[in-house]
Amino acid sequence: MNGFLALIARDLRLARRQGADVAMTLAFFVVVVALFPLGLGPTPALLARIAGGVLWVTALLAAMLSFDRLFQQDADDGGLDLLALSGLPLAAVALAKAAAHWLTTGLPTVLLAPLLALTLDLPGAAYPALVAGLALGTPTVSLLGTVGAALVVGARRAGVLVALIVLPLTIPVLIFGVAAVEAGGAGLETRPHLLLLAALLAAAVPLAPLAAGAALRQAVE
Amino acid sequence: MTGIDDTVTETLVARGTLVARGLTASRGGRPVFHGLSFSLASGGALRLAGRNGGGKTTLLRILAGLGRAEAGSVLWNGEAVVDDREAHADRVGWLGHADALKVALTARENLEAALRVAGRTTDTVPPALEALGLTRLADLPAGWLSSGQRRRVALARVLASGASLWLLDEPTVGLDAASVAALERAIAAHRAAGGMVVVATHTALDLGDGAASLDPAAHGEAMAEATV
Repeated sequence: MNGFLALIARDLRLARRQGADVAMTLAFFVVVVALFPLGLGPTPALLARIAGGVLWVTALLAAMLSFDRLFQQDADDGGLDLLALSGLPLAAVALAKAAAHWLTTGLPTVLLAPLLALTLDLPGAAYPALVAGLALGTPTVSLLGTVGAALVVGARRAGVLVALIVLPLTIPVLIFGVAAVEAGGAGLETRPHLLLLAALLAAAVPLAPLAAGAALRQAVE
Repeated sequence: MTGIDDTVTETLVARGTLVARGLTASRGGRPVFHGLSFSLASGGALRLAGRNGGGKTTLLRILAGLGRAEAGSVLWNGEAVVDDREAHADRVGWLGHADALKVALTARENLEAALRVAGRTTDTVPPALEALGLTRLADLPAGWLSSGQRRRVALARVLASGASLWLLDEPTVGLDAASVAALERAIAAHRAAGGMVVVATHTALDLGDGAASLDPAAHGEAMAEATV
């Protein structure tokens, strides 16, 4: 357990020292969302209707930018061998990586989304569902991304490949996340959608690290 | 056992015997070595020599539990290491051909992070840095260090690990004469404390008395015994 927390702490410290990586992911999120009002024209009714989908899809795309480096840096500098010899099971290594990824990219996305929603004129009643949905959905995305990142270690064009592997897997998260925002905006019950997002997260927490750990073992061997 | 003996044993690393039995490995479909066996007792040293591509790194990875042998097994005190890789990892001090340093962290932070992730204490870090003459450089980011200095930091991580089985892949790459001498002293001290060393090297690194030598490629059915 201590080793697990130490690995999260190390990755957070690395992310802080190499702040540009995280900043670029968040800047991408902000810039892409800002393009929609410009591309679609100033039609508040249209923007408000698509705001939930725009924010969710952009958040997913922004997360994809950071997955290729998740294990590749460690694989390149020999650190992956060291992690495999740390005494931590590789599944625990993957879970720690997912946690660090969520803390550095998922959590800032959750915090930024309501601000960006203002630019899209999202109805006020939808904000709680947007934030709660992202808070429940982005950890699942980080966990799925860990699996994809572990599978593409050493592959050429790993960044594109990981997006192609992970994005289809995130479809359920996207559907329930957007549904929660729309239900909130329409004054309907958001709880069922949020519970489904929580269920996806509950399934991903134990399963995704096991799959990622097995993929990492392949990469090490 | 008397009280004195107890305190002495505490300062020693975990004792054991490493046995390789009938190891066979191939790379890219071509056999690298076949039926390779040896045993290494507490305090023993084994040098892996031979041509490039001769399977030295492959053998080291198998001994560490990182690689998988196609046939044969690696046993620690009679138990196959692949059965409990996490337990074996605790015994292994690994130096790969890459230094595995995070350039954004200082030398000291690199060592401390590696030890904490492995669930070990960090009070072994200052003496390990001292042993390789790194105390003055300890708080510089690893990215600022020269390649020889980084190699020394990676070696210091092995020294600090407290692991009983050191597996070193070309440890002298980029090292100056003084650092090679420091490494030889560290290996001698480790063996004296009951530790074991397996080193793949092309250089005349002195592993001390009783060190065995093995060329994985030259000996299809090699047998080497290394004892104190």
